[in-house]
Amino acid sequence: MQIIQPHYHAIARTAQDYERMAMSGVVAVAEPAFWAGFDRKYPETFIDYFRQISEFEPTRAAQYGIRHFSWVAVNPKEAENLSLTREVLETFPEFFAKPTVLGVGETGLHKSTPNECAALEAHVEIAMRHGQLVLIHTPHLSDKARGTRRVLEVLAGMNVDRERIWIDHVEEHTIKPCLDAGYWVGFTLYPVTQCSPKRAVDMLERYGTDRILVNSSADWGPSDPFTLQECILEFRRRGHSLQEAIEVFHNNPCRFLGQNPKFDIRPLRVEPAGEPAFAD
Amino acid sequence: MLTPRQTVEHSFLEARHMLLEIAALLDRHDAAVERMAGAVADSSGEVAAKLAVLREGLAVLAAERCDGARTVKLLDVFARV
Repeated sequence: MQIIQPHYHAIARTAQDYERMAMSGVVAVAEPAFWAGFDRKYPETFIDYFRQISEFEPTRAAQYGIRHFSWVAVNPKEAENLSLTREVLETFPEFFAKPTVLGVGETGLHKSTPNECAALEAHVEIAMRHGQLVLIHTPHLSDKARGTRRVLEVLAGMNVDRERIWIDHVEEHTIKPCLDAGYWVGFTLYPVTQCSPKRAVDMLERYGTDRILVNSSADWGPSDPFTLQECILEFRRRGHSLQEAIEVFHNNPCRFLGQNPKFDIRPLRVEPAGEPAFAD
Repeated sequence: MLTPRQTVEHSFLEARHMLLEIAALLDRHDAAVERMAGAVADSSGEVAAKLAVLREGLAVLAAERCDGARTVKLLDVFARV
């Protein structure tokens, strides 16, 4: 089965990941800009990081037959520094012109401070002005519900195309308001700290598959890129067909990311159309 | 050996994760029951007994004091199914 991994921090991973992902059917990954584990001080550091994910990393992935796309942003954990954020934002148009950059992300909130909210608004504003997609990080653990509400409040005050915005890391208590508001949502599968593969399938069964992306955790912390494949196995074990799995784990990323014409992988169909959404 | 604080800090997220998985399992069961309403019930005595044991086990966990024997009590509960 062909799989797209829509949220993958490749620079924190070894080539062994690429090799195993390729062997398990992953055909493309998309790499949002991430926190480095410490707060960067200089705009130039971000620029080199963006060069790494938009120029070098596609060549590393290509050695395993995997397409690599990326996003640019000042991660919410660093967005408290507004002057630095503004300086980095000025460089975005240069990267929007790169052949594999899909948009702005992951912006969003960490502690939901006024500075973080201002930075989120500035990120979304520049994305909309340049016709880019947006990937929004929501806080982890005890900050998630409040932070997600705040994200929705910030977006509600802006003139945005909701179908071009993906609110990530939703869980059972945050998925509904995001979907109801018309945004795409993402589940991020972590070994311990966030959504599990089984809970992700529960939410797919409860809310359907429209406007939902599933991605594994894959960064420099405790994470496991193959929670995505674990989720696919759980989905199939519950009786959902191969085509239904393709819709979630390949075609939905194509539909969202493909709103940017640089993402040219098309949805697949291996079973006749008109099959029921879910098998009994 | 760990201090009381270290004990909690070391395993809090893992315990949170495991409790969420149990919550999701029970929600999944409720949804399946609702989906199967009207069909022949498969909640046989065996399934009902397993659910009862799970709930009893959760009550053991919820007790504030258990003389350090929660694991033994839980294993005794699970030995019934």
